[in-house]
Formats: sequence, C-alpha cells, structure tokens
Amino acid sequence: MVPIIEVKHLTKSFRDLKAVNDLSFTVQEGQVYGFLGQNGAGKSTTIRMLLTLIKPTSGTIEIFGLDLQKHRKEILRQVGAIIERPDLYKYLTALENLRIFAAMSGIQISEKKLMDQLAMVGLEQRAHSKVKTYSQGMKQRLGIAIALVHDPKLIILDEPTNGLDPQGIADIRNLILMLSRDMHKTLLISSHLLSEMELIADSMIIIDKGKKLVEGKVNELFDPAETIVELKTTDDSETYNKLMQSSLKGFVQGKRNDCVLMKLHRNKVPEVMKELVRMDVNVISLHSKHSLEDYFLSLTTGQSNVEVA
Amino acid sequence: MLKLLKIELFKIFKRPRTYIAFGAIAAIVFLIQVALKFDGKSYVDLLMSNLSGSFEFSDDFKGRLLNGYLICFVILNTLLIQMPLLVALIAGDSIAGEANMGTLRLSLTKPVSRTEYMLVKFAASVVYTLALLIWMAALALFGSMLIFGTNDLVVLRSEGIEQMKSFDVLWRYFAAFGYAAVALTTVSALAFLLSVFAENSIGPIIATMSIVIVFTILSEMNIPIYDTTVKPYLFTSHMVAWKGFFYVKADAEGTTINGSIENLPAVLKSLGILVAYIILFFSTAVWVFRKKDILT
Amino acid sequence: MKNILFLIFFMCGAFVAKAQTAEEVINNVKAKLEKVNDYEASGKMKTNVIFIKAPIANVKVYYKKPNKLRINNENGISFIPKGSVNINLNNIFINTNGFDIIDVGKESGTNLRIIKLLPKDDNAEVVLSTLYIDEMLSLIKKAKTTTKENGTYELEMTYGKYAAYGLADKVNFSFNTKDYKLPKGITFDYDDGSKKTEPADKMKNKKGKVEIVYSGYSINKGVPDSVFN
Repeated sequence: MVPIIEVKHLTKSFRDLKAVNDLSFTVQEGQVYGFLGQNGAGKSTTIRMLLTLIKPTSGTIEIFGLDLQKHRKEILRQVGAIIERPDLYKYLTALENLRIFAAMSGIQISEKKLMDQLAMVGLEQRAHSKVKTYSQGMKQRLGIAIALVHDPKLIILDEPTNGLDPQGIADIRNLILMLSRDMHKTLLISSHLLSEMELIADSMIIIDKGKKLVEGKVNELFDPAETIVELKTTDDSETYNKLMQSSLKGFVQGKRNDCVLMKLHRNKVPEVMKELVRMDVNVISLHSKHSLEDYFLSLTTGQSNVEVA
Repeated sequence: MLKLLKIELFKIFKRPRTYIAFGAIAAIVFLIQVALKFDGKSYVDLLMSNLSGSFEFSDDFKGRLLNGYLICFVILNTLLIQMPLLVALIAGDSIAGEANMGTLRLSLTKPVSRTEYMLVKFAASVVYTLALLIWMAALALFGSMLIFGTNDLVVLRSEGIEQMKSFDVLWRYFAAFGYAAVALTTVSALAFLLSVFAENSIGPIIATMSIVIVFTILSEMNIPIYDTTVKPYLFTSHMVAWKGFFYVKADAEGTTINGSIENLPAVLKSLGILVAYIILFFSTAVWVFRKKDILT
Repeated sequence: MKNILFLIFFMCGAFVAKAQTAEEVINNVKAKLEKVNDYEASGKMKTNVIFIKAPIANVKVYYKKPNKLRINNENGISFIPKGSVNINLNNIFINTNGFDIIDVGKESGTNLRIIKLLPKDDNAEVVLSTLYIDEMLSLIKKAKTTTKENGTYELEMTYGKYAAYGLADKVNFSFNTKDYKLPKGITFDYDDGSKKTEPADKMKNKKGKVEIVYSGYSINKGVPDSVFN
C-alpha cells in the first residue's frame, strides 16, 4: 500500500491555543479515511493545513509522497475538496460555478463533461439556475461536483453531511462509497458523526484537543461483536468496587452517569450476568450500546458531550 | 494567468453591483450635461464674473466657451473626486468579498499560488477601473463633444487662465485619462490591501473612503505646516495631477505654446509617487496574504 | 551734396511747420479717416495679459461708421478687452461738443507732433486723449486715452499698405486689467509645487496688451449691422 497522506508531528498554534498538537497519521491509497473528533477538536484546522489554507507551526505534510509546501501546485491539481459548507458564487448558475472552479484546477474540461458532472450529482435539470435558489442539499451536491470535476486522486471532505436531512446524508454516503469502490479514489472525510464513519470508513483517527486519541483500521480498532455495556445498579460505587475486585475486572471501562461501563464480547454477556448475580449485585438494567459510538465514549469517558446520531 | 483573469472579470461583470458605478457615472455626467445645456450661460457668467470688469463677453463667446471640451473638464473635476468610492466598491470587495461568501477557501485549494491569485484579483480590479474610465471618457468626453461641439479649451485656475487651441486638447484628455487610471489604481490598491484584512467588504470600502477623504482634506487645506511636511507624501495630493496636462506653457508675451505642458516633470514626479504607492500597497497586500491563515 | 540734402530737409521742415497748426493737423488726420465708411479686416491677434495664457487667434475686425467695432475670433475663443472699440481711431474724434486742442509740440527724437484733445463736455467718458501724429503722412502713431471708468488705453500703430486710409497694419492696444480672482469652489488646483506665490499687487491693475497684425482690409464694401450684435 502506498501512503497518500503522511502527516508527521503536525502542530498549529493560534497565539497561546494549540489547535493541533503533534499530530501524526497516514492515509493509504484507496482508503476511506475517517477523521473523527468533537467540534473544536482540531479537525478543520488539520484539513485546512492539508489544503494549504493554514500554515503549520511545525511538522510536515506529505501528499502523494511530495512535500506539500514545496510541491503545492502539483499536489493540489490532484486534490478535490469541500471545506465545511459548500460556499459558492450565489449570483452565478451551477454550471458557471462548476466551470470557474474547473478552470481554476488548471485543466481543460469540455462543456459536456461539466454537464455530465452535474448529472452525476443529479443537478443537470438545474444547471442554469442561480445557486442562490438552491437548497442546502443541492449546494452540497454541487460542492461535490466541483470537488470531483478535475478527476482528483484524493478527495478531502470536511463534514460533508453537515446540515443535511437524512435523505441528503444517505445520498452523500452512497456517493462516497461509489467513489471509493468504483472509482478507487482515496478519501479523507472528517466528521463528528461516528455512526456515519462506521458505515463508510476503512480506517480512522480520533482526535481530541488537537491530539490523536487513536488511529487504525476500523475493523481492528473495533470488533463488531465487541460491545460497551452500561450497567445500572442500585449502588454504582459499590458495584464498581465489587467488579474491580472480581474476575470481571478486565471488562470494566469506568463509571459514568450512575452507570458502570464494561466492554465485552456479545457472547460473554450471559456469563457476566451470572457472575453479577453470584456477587449479589442488584442489577436494574444492563444495556448494550451501539458499537462505534461507545468505543469512542470509552476513549473519551467523562466528556459526555459527544453527539450520537 | 490570462484564463484566471478572464474568470475574475467574468465574476465581476456578472455581479449587479458592478453596474452601480457605471450607472452612477452615467447619471452624474448626464445631469451635468443637461444642466449646462440648458443653463450654461449662467454658469459661464459665474466663471467669468471676476473678469467681466476687464473683458467683454458676447453670447457668441459664451457659446463657444461652453464647448464639449470644457464640459468634460467640468465633469472630470467633479467626478474624479467621487470615483474613488466607485473603485473601492469593487477593489475593497476583491478578497474580503470572497472571504465573506466562503469561496476564498475553495479558490485557494486550487493549484494557483497566492501571489498569482492576488495578481489576478488586482489585475481584474484594474481592468474594472479602466472600464469605468473608458465609460466615463465615452460619456463625458465624446458625449459632450457630440452634444456641445468642440472649440478652444479655457481652464480656470487660481493663478490665471489657461487657454489652448481646440486641436491641442484631445491628446491632453487621453493623457489625463491615462493619468486618472493610475490615480484610481492607487485607490484600488489601497482598497485591495485593506480587503486582505477584512472578512466582509463593507469594512475595506468604508476604510478606503475615509482615508481618501481625510487625505484629500489635508491635501486641499492650506496649512503651512503641512505644505512641506505631509502634503507632498499624500497620494491624494498627486491624484489631481491630471490637471497638469491642461496647464500650458506660454512665451514671454503670454502666448500659449501649442502642445506644451507647463510642468511635465512635476506631473511625472506625481505619477512616479502614485506608482510607488501602488507598488507599496500591492506588495504589502501580497506579503500579508501569503502569510495569512484562511479561517473563513 | 550734403548741403543740398540739408537744404531740402530744412525747407520741408520749415514748410510743414509753418503750414500746419494743431487744428489743421487734426483735420487732416480726420479727413483721412473719414474716407473709410466701413471695413472688414483679417488678422492675427495676440493677447498678453499677466493672468491669461492664450494662443494666437485668427480674428476678423469689423468697423462701421461712426463707432461700431467688433473683433471676432474666426473659430476659436478670444478674450476681448473692454474698450477695444478704441482701436478704431475715429472713436477719438467722436465728441459732439468738440474739443479743446492743446498743441504740445514735437516729441524729441521721433519728431511726432503731440496734440492733446480735451472734450468740452464735462460728462464725457473720455477725459483726455493724447495723440502722437506724423504730420507729413497725417497718421496717428500713438494715442493715449484716459477715461473716467476704465483707466487708460494706449494705442500704437504701424502703417503700411493701407496708410492712405489711416488704417494700420499692426495695432498694439494696452488696457488696464482688474485683479484676477477666481470664485471660490470652482477649482481644486493641482499644486505642482513649482509656482512661487506671486505678490498680491503683481496681479493687480496690470496693463494688458492686445496686438493685432492685419493681413488685409476690405474697405467700403459694406458690412451688415448684424455682425455688431
């Protein structure tokens, strides 16, 4: 596998705030790479550095094996991106917007190709409408058409599903899968929606306060059968202490909201139940939560403001 | 680069606000022309009021005095003071407008260097400025020539009267419009520089106008302490130097020397100062922009 | 040879001096000017006024008895000074009540007869005219006219082809100019820094000069009144 993006010790300080702190990660060719973190974790700052909008304070970025600072133009010719909202020239039509950004990408693109591109995102009927008449979802699709129009090898999407309705989110998801499977593009997608990433990403990184929490393949970071269990009992402190002294100690992740969190394989659940009864723990409920979110929760325990889709 | 410039111009000339300036110029020119067409005599009387003690002015004289060349001079005199606002409207929007719309970040992820981007943006606002001037020349000069005809041009100045033959006027206008282009490009460069710092276009437009107004007041005030210390360095003092093309040389007997300019070196020096300002403003803008983190 | 020349010169001088009183000189001059009923003349006019830079203008000068005169720039603009009607010498003699004539004698050096005319009418605009006359040719070479309202005019003539009609080939007309001051708010001058501010009095009450060099006259061919409007 060839690394498409290689980020090493990337740091960005805004005055005394370290938005990104010694971040390193690698995106391999053909991957859909999830870039996860809460709002303000440093995702956008990192993506802007990958796209040369922000200058790193220190660290290096290599894309396609080339140094980004030195080979900016060569690299960007092969990169398509949406950064946050797909802001476009509202007083121009979709086709005009597409034509402008295609031309800025430095390649000659025929009018037919432009129309094909709009057809791909389902906007061919509205090609000659001004963008100010577009809905958020249509703008997003046009943004994707613009990101793809010059046939880039690497596509960077910053929060592509932000502000979209469920149908819009599903459309984007299908498009991403199509780009990855059928067109073999490499994608880096940032999101705070973990359930979304679980469905589309091959590998992912989770960052918090500008620092890497974890990086790896989704199926390695997380066994689909592995689950986080929320155990509610009459006395969570006592339960916690009892568990920490028992054979179940290895499963315990911590305490949160009057519950004890445990991470375990699905087929271990009955065994754990028996043991709890044996230990005379008064169980009120035992609730198995959806995998990826709770995996994230387990990493950021105590910071419960994570949004769950 | 040329392709990028074409894109920029396409964007500028697709915007309704671009045409505000063209409309404003047309309106002002038209109003002045109408006023002078129907009440030109009293305007001439006002101009000549001070001279009527020594000279006699026949209706024929007044009619000839009020020719297209004079009308254009009157219009330029009035309009070139207002033009900076119209120029700032586009130049101030140049970067800040893109930042405000959110298109700046997308544009800068394209394989175009920031210096190139700035060059193209600035070139586009210069082209816009030129288009405005050409529009103005068409209306104020050629329009007035058509409506009022041509004759000798008499220019009033606080030191005296400059008169030149009608065949000796047109080239002066071309030179003056050329000069005005540089003068307005200076304003454009200032607005452009301020545009780099802002995230909406109102700020740089107002800031540019404020600077131009304050500097113009300083330039026009006759305060001895500023005359030698501040005035020579204000770009606004040099923006009116287009009039230098209408100040003629005279021989010992006070006869206008055809084709002469009273003080060409001074005009060229003023031109040089404006060009220096343009370079200063633009290179500062590029320098700042190259280092800038795009957070919008 | 020398003696003969001297004798002729002396005789002529003696003859003229004896023959012409100041009144006669004036009458001779007038008679010459009387021959002209009207004329249309073309010429080039040069304006020399301290605060005006003007190009040389092609002008047409129209005259009609008794005192109509008009200077028209053929196609351009010219500042025509007030009192330019006085370049028509006939104007000097128009005075219904007549003049007191004072014979001042000859100007040393030029041998021109200096005669002063004082209008008898106390209310006349002209207070005094001083004429410098070439007696032999009955031509006024110089004239100074002092007026009540408009200061002093001076005329200087050079004669040539049209001397028989008392019409000059070249006229220099000097007049007083009021000080030049522009109405406020008319200009925003470009100050190129080269001008030294002129002392205020330098701009005031200076003499302006207009010089007309005639290329030809068309005499007594009729001039329509409309040109004088």
